[in-house]
Amino acid sequence: MKLITANFLTCAVKGCKASPASFPLHFRDAELELQELDFQPDFIRNIVPRIDWHALQIMANELGFPKILDKKPEGDELKDEQILKELHRLLLETHINEGKLTCGNCGHEYLIKEGIANFLLPSHLV
Amino acid sequence: MLPTPCTSHVSFDTIYEPSEDSYLFLDTLASPSESAWLTQRFNATSSSPNQSTASPLVVELGTGSGVVLGFVAANSQVIFGRRDILPLGIDVNRNACIATRETANKAIKERQTDNESEANCQKTVYLSSVMADLGSSLRPGSVDVLMFNPPYVPSEDLPRLPSVTEQDVDESGMSRSAKFERDSYFLSLTYAGGRDGMETTDRLLEEIPGLLAPGRGVAYVLFCAQNRPQEVKERIRAWGDGWQAATVGNSGQQAGWEKLVIVRIWKETA
Ligand SMILES: C[S@@+](CC[C@H](N)C(=O)[O-])C[C@H]1O[C@@H](n2cnc3c(N)ncnc32)[C@H](O)[C@@H]1O
Ligand SMILES: [Zn+2]
Repeated sequence: MKLITANFLTCAVKGCKASPASFPLHFRDAELELQELDFQPDFIRNIVPRIDWHALQIMANELGFPKILDKKPEGDELKDEQILKELHRLLLETHINEGKLTCGNCGHEYLIKEGIANFLLPSHLV
Repeated sequence: MLPTPCTSHVSFDTIYEPSEDSYLFLDTLASPSESAWLTQRFNATSSSPNQSTASPLVVELGTGSGVVLGFVAANSQVIFGRRDILPLGIDVNRNACIATRETANKAIKERQTDNESEANCQKTVYLSSVMADLGSSLRPGSVDVLMFNPPYVPSEDLPRLPSVTEQDVDESGMSRSAKFERDSYFLSLTYAGGRDGMETTDRLLEEIPGLLAPGRGVAYVLFCAQNRPQEVKERIRAWGDGWQAATVGNSGQQAGWEKLVIVRIWKETA
């Protein structure tokens, strides 16, 4: 699963949706793989507005990536190849193949296997 | 006609084989009227920059083989007028999730070649497949385009959802009858819709207002005649607040009724 996917995922437990602690989910025991992909700067520029920057900082940090910008890039920063390339690598080239995503609100763990995150819930949580 | 994605790598033991309903989805989204509507809505060069230059998140629920999402991803230029869409696939069936990832990546590779003469040499990037019940794992308000070809056949019982761990077992150790039972169960999830064939679709309809992105979100849902789509559309309009429902594709006739229809659901902002 590409790292950017986690930007769109939250805890599947109904009661967690309203809690700010349910996003971002937290990666644990993540096995990463880098899969090279053509660098498309225009593409990254259009993805940036969709990214929750604070959440991305947390995820990058938990996965052991070098510190990313403090603030979402804007203006001239969006013309900076280096910044865009780093984002390209982080968001699109980084895959999580095995590991867990855990909810900061209820503590539930979602397993990732072969790059597929499993958000099905045990019956007592549905 | 745009080519149908190749699904030769997919085993249809537990996965829905592309059928009339799947093809109706492809034809509807690629029809001149619908792709014009979508292109206008998601045009990257539109006048309200912040709103529509952002890449649209395109989610299919119940991807099965991935034929629909693969098609949409591979033909993003025709359908949305841009290639930087973010396709995400969801199914309760792990095999379907894996199959969809491959179908989408293959279809993109096949259709979006490094052709110098092409005006747009960008390539769409398939995000991921996720196992989940409908939109339960998605952030509220994040989905720009939602697609669902549901289990819509009326059935006495609605099959239960898979448990969290039952798809982790290795099938090589399974007896013939255990495998048969497992396969039949997963296939029943692809078509059996419970009362009026609407039990799963009704749950999805309830999720729609919470899932769609304010301002530009739109959903496409397939219905068969027994689902009584006319009544469903009335119900959606009765949500008020500008909610709209329109039939944008249909196929076949049954006793004077269209057998299958695709309904577009969106909110008209004043
Ligand atoms: C009619 S098939 C459509 C498959 C594919 N999209 C196509 O058009 O060929 C319905 C799909 O929905 C999936 N499904 C059933 N219930 C679901 C649920 N609650 N959440 C997510 N997917 C579900 C099934 O596993 C199946 O893949
Ligand atoms: Zn939670």
